[in-house]
Amino acid sequence: MNTTLLDARGLARHYRVSRGVFRPKGLVRALDGVSFTLGAGETLAVVGESGCGKSTLARQVTMIERPTSGQLLLDGHDAGTADAALRKKLRPLVQMVFQNPYASLNPRKKVGTLLGEPLAINTDMSGGERDDAARAMMAKVGLRPEHFGRYPHMFSGGQRQRVAVARALMLRPRLVVADEPVSALDVSIQAQVLNLLMDLQQELGIAYLFVSHNLQVVRHIADNVLVMYLGKTVESGPKTTLFQRPAHPYTRALLASTPSLAAAGRGARVPLTGELPSPLNPPSGCAFHKRCPHAIPRCAVEVPVLAPLGNMLVACHRAGELNA
Amino acid sequence: MPLLDISGLTVEFGSETAPFKAVDGVDFAIDAGEIVGVVGESGSGKTVTALALMGLIDFPGRVRADAMTFNGRDLTTISDRERRALVGKDIAMIFQDPLASLNPCFTVAFQLMETLRIHGSDEERRNRATRRARALQLLEQVEIPDAAARLDLYPHQLSGGMAQRVMIAMAIACNPRLLIADEPTTALDVTVQAQVLALLTRLQRERDMALILITHDLALVAETAQRVVVMYAGQEVETGPVSGVFETPRHPYTQALLAALPEHNEDKARLQAIPGMVPGQHDRPAGCLLSPRCVFAVERCRREMPPLAGDAQRRVRCHFPLDAAGRPTGSWRPDGVAVESEGTA
Repeated sequence: MNTTLLDARGLARHYRVSRGVFRPKGLVRALDGVSFTLGAGETLAVVGESGCGKSTLARQVTMIERPTSGQLLLDGHDAGTADAALRKKLRPLVQMVFQNPYASLNPRKKVGTLLGEPLAINTDMSGGERDDAARAMMAKVGLRPEHFGRYPHMFSGGQRQRVAVARALMLRPRLVVADEPVSALDVSIQAQVLNLLMDLQQELGIAYLFVSHNLQVVRHIADNVLVMYLGKTVESGPKTTLFQRPAHPYTRALLASTPSLAAAGRGARVPLTGELPSPLNPPSGCAFHKRCPHAIPRCAVEVPVLAPLGNMLVACHRAGELNA
Repeated sequence: MPLLDISGLTVEFGSETAPFKAVDGVDFAIDAGEIVGVVGESGSGKTVTALALMGLIDFPGRVRADAMTFNGRDLTTISDRERRALVGKDIAMIFQDPLASLNPCFTVAFQLMETLRIHGSDEERRNRATRRARALQLLEQVEIPDAAARLDLYPHQLSGGMAQRVMIAMAIACNPRLLIADEPTTALDVTVQAQVLALLTRLQRERDMALILITHDLALVAETAQRVVVMYAGQEVETGPVSGVFETPRHPYTQALLAALPEHNEDKARLQAIPGMVPGQHDRPAGCLLSPRCVFAVERCRREMPPLAGDAQRRVRCHFPLDAAGRPTGSWRPDGVAVESEGTA
């Protein structure tokens, strides 16, 4: 294994939300004790339904928010408790690519300016040097030199996402957090952007924290996968094992719900019933027990802990017997 | 006779002299009880085709068709009054974003009952209590748990999956013969998507409805539909039974779309991306619309628009349709001139 770049230990983020003037504030455990490590140059995919805490996790890792508890070791430094000076030093290590390139680029700035901006803020490079760096990065992500002076509206979705990726790479980050980077794009364009992300990883040795709900994409691009449900990890481990022998009933349901072109799977799906419960009022015990086809009385009482099963980590009381 | 039969449907926007053809000569037929998937990238004309069919294209859009019949009635000459009686009753449509399609100011019950008041049976039109009972029954049919309590909720109190179920309930309220579902599950999570699709196909089977499923997700169509129409830049490029089209695509575009899916590629290998992008209003090529992006394009493709040829079962718009091995047939010879620009769009 190569060096660990990111090490999260029991990372939690809780939000207090108002439920009305006369009612006590509610507590949403958006992220509730998640642990994982990410090595340099690796890809960790985070999957789960909306509301499972994927984006909250991304907000902690990019240091937009401080975690409520737990440690977030970035290159050996705890980003959660770091003072302002250290956080400023750590920030260039982590950059982010957002889902919708139509919303994440300032429509009033030219591509050259957009790309130079991270350098203007974080370095003391001169304007000329910034422009040179921007042009070099544009060549790297497959944009033409004449695109330098254009505005975002003059580009197609795939090209805009290239601009967004280029901007994230301007500070030479070690880690890029990609929040659903291809889900707003068409199939043919999606392939172009995924190729770009994989090429850049090989060339620059970047690690990706890849947040996605598209399991086919995750299967293609990830090394390790973290499956989340209502703020907790339910299963994590190497991609190959997870896709071949999913151990947690939720992972199985996710895989079974994903449409596939393979003729074998056609028409033989058992959809999961119900929807993600409200995080304000999560079920007792295992958060998944109300939708789980294998639930036993114990699941409603006792919260399962993440335990090793083969080379995976699984949080399920019945993981052993179900995977025997 | 098919339930819906369209030929030569064209929808134009922009000026008379330099129109933009969003839909360009589409022929389409669907039988009762059939599920047809319409796939294509954004800008391929999928949604505009459906809107034209519903009569929802407003000025300055222009809809023309050689023939457009539904259940034996000619939709091209129909009056607005007759169309209003038909649309929402015999032809219903559900849209991508359920929360944007529901009126945020009114309850679920109000919106369901409104449909019944306009299109329902005589008894339903007259009696409010009957309508409310029917609305409750509809919510139960779309498998909404605790339906009685949900009747008086407002759309913002529903989850995305629940809201889409309400939209489906509204669409099936008057037992439509044809249901058009435009990206019905794109805004939903994968587990909820599976539930909503299972619901749609169950209702379709029970009621012997025809279902047009518009989506960009090829796998979804593969699992749900019997027949598929692949669209590109406003034209049909390939139609046929799902198994045939997805296993042995005869059009280079279908072949390239399938090859671009991560599912069809080796682990971590580069995906076979299609270079370039769908042509817009100002960069429509002469000849075959795919020619600038097609790996097999030769001189004739850039000069001459291929017709949609083939039998009723399987049609393809290509001068040199691909064989089972995925190679062009007919008189195809490589040009020798390298025209393909790799990489960026």
